[in-house]
Amino acid sequence: MLSVLRCNNVTMSYDGNTVFKDLNFEIHRGDYLCIVGENGSGKSTLMKGILGLRSASYGEFIFGDGLQQTEIGYLPQQTGIQKDFPASVWEVVLSGRLNKKKFLGFYNKEDKKIAWENMEKIGIPSLKKRCYRELSGGQQQRVLLARALCSAEKLILLDEPVVGLDPVATAQMYTIIKNLNQNDNMTVIMVSHDIISAVNYASHILHLSVSGEIFFGTTQEYQHSELGSRFLYHNCHCDDCEKHKLKHIHQSKP
Amino acid sequence: MDILSMFEHTFMIRALIIGIPVSLCASLLGVSLVLKRYSMIGDGLSHVGFGALAIASAFNLTPLPVAIPVVVISAFLLLRISENSKIKGDSAIALISSSALAIGVTVATLRNGMNTDISNYLFGSIVATSDFDAIWSVCLSGIVIILLRIFYNKIFAVTFDENFSKATGIKVNFYNTVIAILTALTVVLGMRIMGTLLISSLIIFPALSAMQVCKTFRQVIVTSAILSVICFFIGISVSYTAGTPVGASIVLANLTAFVIFTVVKNIVSH
Ligand SMILES: Nc1ncnc2c1ncn2[C@@H]1O[C@H](COP(=O)(O)OP(=O)(O)O)[C@@H](O)[C@H]1O
Ligand SMILES: [Mg+2]
Repeated sequence: MLSVLRCNNVTMSYDGNTVFKDLNFEIHRGDYLCIVGENGSGKSTLMKGILGLRSASYGEFIFGDGLQQTEIGYLPQQTGIQKDFPASVWEVVLSGRLNKKKFLGFYNKEDKKIAWENMEKIGIPSLKKRCYRELSGGQQQRVLLARALCSAEKLILLDEPVVGLDPVATAQMYTIIKNLNQNDNMTVIMVSHDIISAVNYASHILHLSVSGEIFFGTTQEYQHSELGSRFLYHNCHCDDCEKHKLKHIHQSKP
Repeated sequence: MDILSMFEHTFMIRALIIGIPVSLCASLLGVSLVLKRYSMIGDGLSHVGFGALAIASAFNLTPLPVAIPVVVISAFLLLRISENSKIKGDSAIALISSSALAIGVTVATLRNGMNTDISNYLFGSIVATSDFDAIWSVCLSGIVIILLRIFYNKIFAVTFDENFSKATGIKVNFYNTVIAILTALTVVLGMRIMGTLLISSLIIFPALSAMQVCKTFRQVIVTSAILSVICFFIGISVSYTAGTPVGASIVLANLTAFVIFTVVKNIVSH
């Protein structure tokens, strides 16, 4: 089977400071990959690398299976760059359709229909006329998700989509993403702090860590891996997990 | 003095023909430049434009055909500089602008002394413009406005979230370059009336004022365009009746509008 994205021996760095090294993984159409790891382990940097916003200092990202950049959706990590930007929610959501336009950027009926459907899917039709900068962080996040859905056809990348959301909205967000993945066969790459939900929903896990340890594999494999058993604190008593626990206890003894 | 009498003078008509489309372009581009934190580019370009105009006038060349290519090329460079590093970019632009100003003044002084041409380029003038300027202004402004209309949505997207646009396959560099070139054209055209030192206010003020009260991008664009033309007209009328310098009068009209909009915003939000 052709892979949608292959990450080939990638090293990324800022001004010579390596963030992660020799990263290798491969995902296929319909996969749901969660990228987990501590703050500063390079999750957002990896996203930027995949999206071509930052080039790798070594290695390469290879898109396959006929994937075009214009079929990608992206939900950036909330950064507050657009904090005082005057724009209506409708203008923002609709702009997700622009990557389908070759040169001119006029919206047609279909664009408006798709934008509206996505707003309904996320449950934000009532925000249509509101000013984006006057919304709460969680509402802004949902507007940006609607925009991402407008541009995504085959692959969607989400950087910490549930940060700042209330529990109801969080559950809703996970359900929307799950449906997208299962019903629309959309490939999902999501950065998350919420490791429990990651394990619940994802098919694959990529674990980055500041120390440089990396895990990539299926969720099942992850649960019984060294990094996984350490981060999940679960009560699995299989041989592998017991071995990891013993090792960890020995290491942390003074 | 009767305000209507200003329409009896050819130079006033010409000033309006040049000024109104240029204020329109400046305010439209200004929204994007201000939101992208690129306002400094307008300022830098006007100084480069001054250098080019001063040298052209020192060697008795027609000013616009010399200044336009020079400023357009500088726009490319300034854009690259601002993209590469946000903080160092500021100082680099300041270096380029003051150097261009210094070169212009020096060359012009060596050739024929500090003459009225130089002073006009610095502070603007309505009488110094020619029919040739007016034709250029109308044609180029027309092109700027048509291009802005065509690229309106893309420019919104690139301004609102450059990373998202780039990540989803929009040619961000192309649209940034379009904005920079259009700004270059507008600055050169507007400099004759507004002067080097004041032209960037024509770009920044209307956008800032509109942003005080408007809630959508479209409203900001429309409001700043209308505001800009009104302020230009008020400024030039005041300049004609009270004999004040034209560029400065237009800036003061814009300043007044900005203060009013800010006050209105604070009253509304309380
Ligand atoms: N623009 C930047 N310039 C320099 N260093 C950066 C930049 N962005 C991130 N870093 C550094 O790279 C590392 C990884 O950051 P990031 O990818 O944002 O981590 P995460 O998203 O996993 O929290 C951090 O040590 C951070 O300080
Ligand atoms: Mg991050």
